Amino acid sequence: MKVLVPVKRVIDYNVKVRVKPDKTGVDLANVKMSMNPFDEISVEEAVRMKEAGTVTEIVVVSVGPQQAQETLRTALAMGADRGILIKTDATVEPLGVAKLLAKVVADESPDLVILGKQAIDDDSNQTGQMLAALLDWPQGTFAFKLEKDGDKLKVTREVDGGLQTVSLTLPAIVTVDLRLNEPRYASLPNIMKAKKKEIVEKTPEEYGVDISPRLTVVTVTEPPVRQAGEKVEDVATLVSKLKTAGAV
Amino acid sequence: MAVLVIAEHHHGALSDATHKVVTAAAKFGGDVDLLVAGEHAAEVVPAAAKVSGVRKVLKAEGESLRKQTGESMEALVVPLMANYDAVFIAASTTGKNIAPRIAARLDVMQLSEIIDVVDSSTFTRPIYAGNAIMTVKSSDAKKVITVRGTAFEAAGNEGSASVEDVAAPEGPFKSEFVSEEMVKSDRPELTGAKRVVSGGRALGSADEFNRLIVPLADKLGAAVGASRAAVDAGYAPNDYQVGQTGKIVAPELYIAIGISGAIQHLAGMKDSKIIVAINKDEEAPIFQVADYGLVADLFNAVPELTEAL
Ligand SMILES: Cc1cc2nc3c(=O)[nH]c(=O)nc-3n(C[C@H](O)[C@H](O)[C@H](O)COP(=O)(O)OP(=O)(O)OC[C@H]3O[C@@H](n4cnc5c(N)ncnc54)[C@H](O)[C@@H]3O)c2cc1C
Ligand SMILES: Nc1ncnc2c1ncn2[C@@H]1O[C@H](COP(=O)(O)O)[C@@H](O)[C@H]1O
Repeated sequence: MKVLVPVKRVIDYNVKVRVKPDKTGVDLANVKMSMNPFDEISVEEAVRMKEAGTVTEIVVVSVGPQQAQETLRTALAMGADRGILIKTDATVEPLGVAKLLAKVVADESPDLVILGKQAIDDDSNQTGQMLAALLDWPQGTFAFKLEKDGDKLKVTREVDGGLQTVSLTLPAIVTVDLRLNEPRYASLPNIMKAKKKEIVEKTPEEYGVDISPRLTVVTVTEPPVRQAGEKVEDVATLVSKLKTAGAV
Repeated sequence: MAVLVIAEHHHGALSDATHKVVTAAAKFGGDVDLLVAGEHAAEVVPAAAKVSGVRKVLKAEGESLRKQTGESMEALVVPLMANYDAVFIAASTTGKNIAPRIAARLDVMQLSEIIDVVDSSTFTRPIYAGNAIMTVKSSDAKKVITVRGTAFEAAGNEGSASVEDVAAPEGPFKSEFVSEEMVKSDRPELTGAKRVVSGGRALGSADEFNRLIVPLADKLGAAVGASRAAVDAGYAPNDYQVGQTGKIVAPELYIAIGISGAIQHLAGMKDSKIIVAINKDEEAPIFQVADYGLVADLFNAVPELTEAL
């Protein structure tokens, strides 16, 4: 099987986000950027499938600025084979990303595309499902476990209330959830090796995809701040405070 | 204008989340129709027809819709959208699975997990784990929207909608339901619960989680939640995870036990009315949002609390 793994460069999950004073967005100047944590899980899963012999090639793709190359390098160091950077400084919405990915799928003909369930910057949770619809492929979202089953893929999904298993006819789309695996750290020799792996640069124009945004940002504001309350010295005090507040 | 709301239901019962989505849809404006699709649809229709503000209930039953897969729901809803300006659905795992497929088919950009409807093209939604709130205007002709239930009041039950049958789409689809393993519990559903007791990594094992968190929750009639660390370690089932990438809760009382208060966790519970934190580290960030903070060893404090209530 050939697998395509889209990876997004996002603000590192440890960074405390600040809204810009002019309310146009969040301040991304000089903040640490990393691979979207869910995408690390996707890359890891693809690499494990390759190690197990079910996957022959892993292609990683990122839509973003020149620096998204570093994100692709990280994926290559984890074990992906080659990368595609679709370079743009514009903010590309999930629908635009999905349309670009559909073009990459047409060029590359993968059997499986594994995406993150959600990018931790826009928190959209859309791209994989949109890509599935555009390609008319089946989807297994929020994957907890993947099992190849002949020409099908069994996906156990994290759903409200428990777990659900679906069987997908390949080619298919999978989006991953947190419990699928624990991503590895790339070793130094693998980081060195990754420097020699190929990354092809493309542009949205070359794919003939219109990525102009459908949503215009009116304002970006700080959420209401919650004030810290009081410390109580013991359980008895806690209970009496809760009773007074009518909470218990 | 007309809006289609996709109802969520389990085992023949209409979920409370649907009532909240109807409120959001009413704010959008126009007629609100409620689509009840899938297994047990017929049983759900009487309750659906009573939801205040609903004009018409569309009932779609059929083997292909049994588990509301993304593929079958896309096939059902996309043709219906010829008659609607917007489709609203709860931001549950079902809604999140289905809505983007519909949006892509309609060639529109979805609005995920909105917390307010400003007008029929302007919506508010959290980004960056709720550390920023974005108001956006959509230029698309039709809107596809998932709704964060905690941000809207539930619609009442004073309606009397008419009922219409819609044909289920013809299969077969390229995805098939195989099985499910649902957590059985008599406790209230997490996202709609009035009280929530959550445990974190500090519990140390599933046994301790069950020994300490569960009796306290039962005493309070509360739902049980957990941090990601507790879920990852197997102390609690996956769908107990509260946070940015788990469930969003806003109960009247939220008790966080042995949870540090990472931004990803706060994203899921900081709109709770009263927050209690029990943590032995007085510097834990959870105390910055807690109304009542108890610096204590949970292994002593929690049994004492359960006893005292
Ligand atoms: C992509 C991504 C998504 C994520 N999504 C979520 C999410 O949705 N929800 C979520 O919760 N997290 C999420 N996280 C994880 C989050 O960053 C934290 O790692 C997690 O919330 C920590 O869980 P915790 O507070 O239980 O554990 P810890 O941070 O380890 O905290 C344990 C706390 O217990 C206290 N403690 C220890 N022993 C005792 C004792 N005996 N008595 C009292 N207190 C004690 C400690 O002082 C500490 O504060 C996500 C992370 C990533 C990268
Ligand atoms: N700009 C991008 N480049 C590559 N992959 C992306 C991009 N945006 C989103 N994705 C993929 O889509 C997933 C879900 O993103 P989203 O729909 O934005 O929450 C991510 O985890 C990535 O796998």
